[in-house]
Amino acid sequence: MILDGKSPTGPIEQTWDKHRFEMKLVNPANKRKYKVLVVGTGLAGASAAASLGELGYNVEAFCYQDSPRRAHSIAAQGGINAAKNYPNDGDSIRRLFYDTVKGGDFRSREADVWRLAQVSNNIIDQCVAQGVPFARDYGGYLDNRSFGGAQVSRTFYARGQTGQQLLLGAYSALSRQIKAGTVKMYPRTEMLDLVVVDGEAKGITIRDLVTGEVRCHVGDAVLLCTGGYVNVFYLSTNAMGCSVTALWRAYKKGAYFANPCYTQIHPTCIPQSGDYQSKLTLMSESLRNDGRCWVPKNHDDNRPPNDIPEEDRDYYLERKYPSFGNLAPRDIASRAAKEQCDDGRGVGPGGRGVYLDFRDAIERLGAGLIRERYGNLFEMYELITAEDGYKVPMRIYPAPHYAMGGLWVDYNLMSNLPGLFVLGEANFSVHGANRLGASALMQGLADGYFIIPYTIADYLAQTRPGAVTTDHPECAQSIEEVNAYRDRLLSVNGKRTVTDFMRELGHLIWENAGMARSEESLTEVIDKIPAIREEFWQNVRVTGNGNQVNQQLENAGRTADFVEFAELLARDALHRRESCGGHFRVEYQYEDGEAKRDDENFSYSAAWEFKGVDREPELHKEPLKFESVELAVRSYK
Amino acid sequence: MSEHTAHETMTLKLIVWRQKGPDEPGRFETYLARDITEHHSFLEMLDVVNEDLIREGIEPIVFDHDCREGICGTCSQVINGLAHGGQTRTTVCQLHMRKFKDGDTIYIEPWRAKAFPILKDLMVDRSALDRIIQAGGYASVNTGAAPDGNAILISKEDADYAMDAAECIGCGACVAACPNGAAMLFTGAKVSQFASLPQGREEGRIRVTGMLQAMQECGFGNCTNHYECQAACPKGIDVKFIARLNREYLKTLFM
Repeated sequence: MILDGKSPTGPIEQTWDKHRFEMKLVNPANKRKYKVLVVGTGLAGASAAASLGELGYNVEAFCYQDSPRRAHSIAAQGGINAAKNYPNDGDSIRRLFYDTVKGGDFRSREADVWRLAQVSNNIIDQCVAQGVPFARDYGGYLDNRSFGGAQVSRTFYARGQTGQQLLLGAYSALSRQIKAGTVKMYPRTEMLDLVVVDGEAKGITIRDLVTGEVRCHVGDAVLLCTGGYVNVFYLSTNAMGCSVTALWRAYKKGAYFANPCYTQIHPTCIPQSGDYQSKLTLMSESLRNDGRCWVPKNHDDNRPPNDIPEEDRDYYLERKYPSFGNLAPRDIASRAAKEQCDDGRGVGPGGRGVYLDFRDAIERLGAGLIRERYGNLFEMYELITAEDGYKVPMRIYPAPHYAMGGLWVDYNLMSNLPGLFVLGEANFSVHGANRLGASALMQGLADGYFIIPYTIADYLAQTRPGAVTTDHPECAQSIEEVNAYRDRLLSVNGKRTVTDFMRELGHLIWENAGMARSEESLTEVIDKIPAIREEFWQNVRVTGNGNQVNQQLENAGRTADFVEFAELLARDALHRRESCGGHFRVEYQYEDGEAKRDDENFSYSAAWEFKGVDREPELHKEPLKFESVELAVRSYK
Repeated sequence: MSEHTAHETMTLKLIVWRQKGPDEPGRFETYLARDITEHHSFLEMLDVVNEDLIREGIEPIVFDHDCREGICGTCSQVINGLAHGGQTRTTVCQLHMRKFKDGDTIYIEPWRAKAFPILKDLMVDRSALDRIIQAGGYASVNTGAAPDGNAILISKEDADYAMDAAECIGCGACVAACPNGAAMLFTGAKVSQFASLPQGREEGRIRVTGMLQAMQECGFGNCTNHYECQAACPKGIDVKFIARLNREYLKTLFM
C-alpha cells in the first residue's frame, strides 16, 4: 500500500499556517467533554498533557517512573536548537529546515521539518516564560553555542543540564494543571496494551506497578509519548526503564512501525567497563566544540597519551572533514571512531576507544573557561573512570543513543489508527535517517506544545465524546490478554535470568545490526532470533508474583518485546539496500567509506504492518518528495 | 594507552533492608556480593547480587533506579547510614565500588522519613515532593502566551543563581538525611529559582505560602540548621536557599 502523509501542498513557508487555518476546532465549552490519554511524561508527553489541560481537555497522563519529572528527556545535556538568529550569524527558519533535512540524509518529510523549524522559536520563548534558567551573557541576553552538523550558533543551553531544565519546565506546567484538576496523573503505571474499537484507538490497558492491578482506561484519543527503543542493543545511553513496549503493543494492534532501522549511535560516550554494564554514560557532544578527537598514528603505540607527540597523533576527524572537523554529524563521527578502532588504533580496554583531548583548548582559553562550559561533564567522567579529563585526554566510544524510527504518523502526528497520536522520539517524522544534536529536545517540545494542541482538535471535532466506556467488550478482552501474558511470564520458571536474555539479544544486535550492517550479518540476526525467543519462553526465570512490586516481571515483558522487535529492526535494515544516515550497509559506500544513498529506489519511508509473531510483516511505503531542497550527496568535507 | 591490568575482584557482605510491603514489618538480610571490580557502580554491584538471588530462586532486592547517570533522581539508598553513600555530589548510581575494599560490610537501607512510606525493600513513595510542586512550583503561563525570550533581560548573576537552585533532581536525599525529615532544601531551591527570575515574581507570595503549607500537610518537618541536607545533596544545593525561603516567607507577612 502507498501511504499518504497528508502533507499540505503549496509554498512550504505557508504550509503550517495554511493547515492550521484549515483544521477543525473544538468549541471551548466542548473541550472538557473529551478525554485524552497521554502515555509518557518526557518532553513530548508532559508538554502535551499540560497544553491540552490548559485548553480545557480532560487529560489522564501515565508514566512508569515514580514521578513525571524523571523521564529520560532529563538526561539530555547539550542544548536545544532554535532559528532565533540572535547571534546574527546567518541563521533562519529556512537554514534550520535545510540543515535538518540534510542532516537526516534526505529521508524525512519536508513539510514536517519546516513546521519544526518554524515553531522552534516559540519553544524558547515559552521555556523562558516558565522560568527555565537558560545561559545568559553579561548583558542579560540569551547565550548560544554551536553544535554538530551546523555552521551557525543556534543552540540554547542551561549549563550541561538543558534536558533537565526543559523537562522541569514542562513538569511544572503539568503540575499546575494537575493542581487545576484538568490533568489526572498516574505515576508508576506501565501501558501494556492499546484498546482499539472499530479501528480507532480508544483506550489503554495498564499495570499499576505498585499493586499489580491491571485495568483499562478509555478516552477519545491516545497519545503515545513513550520515547525510543535503542535499549534493544542492551548497551545504550537510555535509562534502564526505556523500552519499546508501548510502541510494540500498539504495533501488534495495527499501528505501522516506520523505519525501525534508523538508530543513532552517539559518538561521545564513556566506554563500557564490563558486560555487567548495560547503561553507558553519554557526554554531550558539545564537548566536540573544544575537544579534539585523535588516535595514535601508529599501531601498537602504547605510550600514555600525553607522551605521544603531535606528529604521532592522527586527528582523524579534522583530517577527513576539514570544514566541519570535530563537529561532523553524529553518524559520521561515530563511524569514523569505529574505523580507527577496527584499524587497530583504538585506545583503552580492548582497543575500543578514541581520545577526546582538551589540551589545546585549555591552552587557548584557560582551564577556567573550559570548566565553566563543561565542568559537570568532566566531573561525571571522573566519577566513572577515576581519570581527570583536564590532565589526561578523555576516552570515548560510540553507543546507541536515539531512535529516529518509530510509529508511522501523518502530518497531524496521527498514526494509521485514527485516534492514536505519537509524539517525540516515539514517532518517526522529522529526523529522517539521522538526528542532529540539540534537535531531540526541540522536536519533543514542538510536538507537545505547538503541534498536537492544533491537530488533535481536527480529529476530536469529528468524533462523539465518550463513545467508549470501560465496560466495552474490547476492554475486558484486553485485560484478559494482559493478565494471561503476565501469568505466562511468571509460569515458565526456567533457569536463566531476564538480563541474561537481554545481554544475549543485545550482543547479537549490536554486533550485526549496529554501526555497520551487511546482508550477511542481518540475515544472521533474523535466523537466530526465533531460537532466542523460543528459549526465552521455555527457560526464563521470573521470581515473585503479579500482585505486588515486581521489577523482574516488568523487565521480562520489556525483554520479550525487544526480542520480537529486534527481528523487525533487522528486516527493515536488510530490505533497505542503501546506506543513509545512521543506517550503514557496508555493501553501499563510496570508495572513501562515505554512505551511498540510493534515491532512485529508496527515497521512501518504510512502514511495517504486523501480521503475527511468526509471520513476516507487510511493507507499506510512503514516497518522499523533495521540492524545497535539492537532493545532494551529504558532504561535511 | 591506559595501563589496564587484570581486575582484582572483591567480595563484600551486604546487610540489606527487606520489606514486603508498606504494612509489613521489615528486617535486615545478609547477602554476599562476589566478583565485584572497582569499575562496578554501586547499582551494577546490586544487579550482580540480584542475578545470583534469582538463580537461587530468591526474590531480588527491589530498588528504584533509572537513568544511572545521576540526573533523574530516582535512585535512593542509605548506605552505611548516609543518603547516597556519602561521596560528595554523588548519587548512588554514580557511586563506584573503588570506594570500597574487599571484605567490607555494607549496610543498605531505604530513605526513611514520615513523608516517604516504604513500598517494598528499598523503594519508597516520594509523591509528597510532587505535591509540593503542585502547590506552586511553577510560573503560571499558558502555552503560546510568552513574549520573545529576550524581551525581558535577566542578569547573568540572576540566571546563574536560578540555575544553581534549579539543579535539584528531586531525589529526596535532603529529607532522608535530615533529623527532622524536612523538605526545606527541596522547597527552598524551587522557591529561590523563581524568586530570582522576573518571570516568577508575580505570584511569589502565593507560591511560597502554598508550597510551605503543602510541605507541612505532607508530613515533612522543619529546618533546625543541621546542614545534613546540603552534605547529602548530590547536586550540592546550598542551604542559602533555605534562608531565601524563609526570607520570601517573611516578606509575605508584611505585604
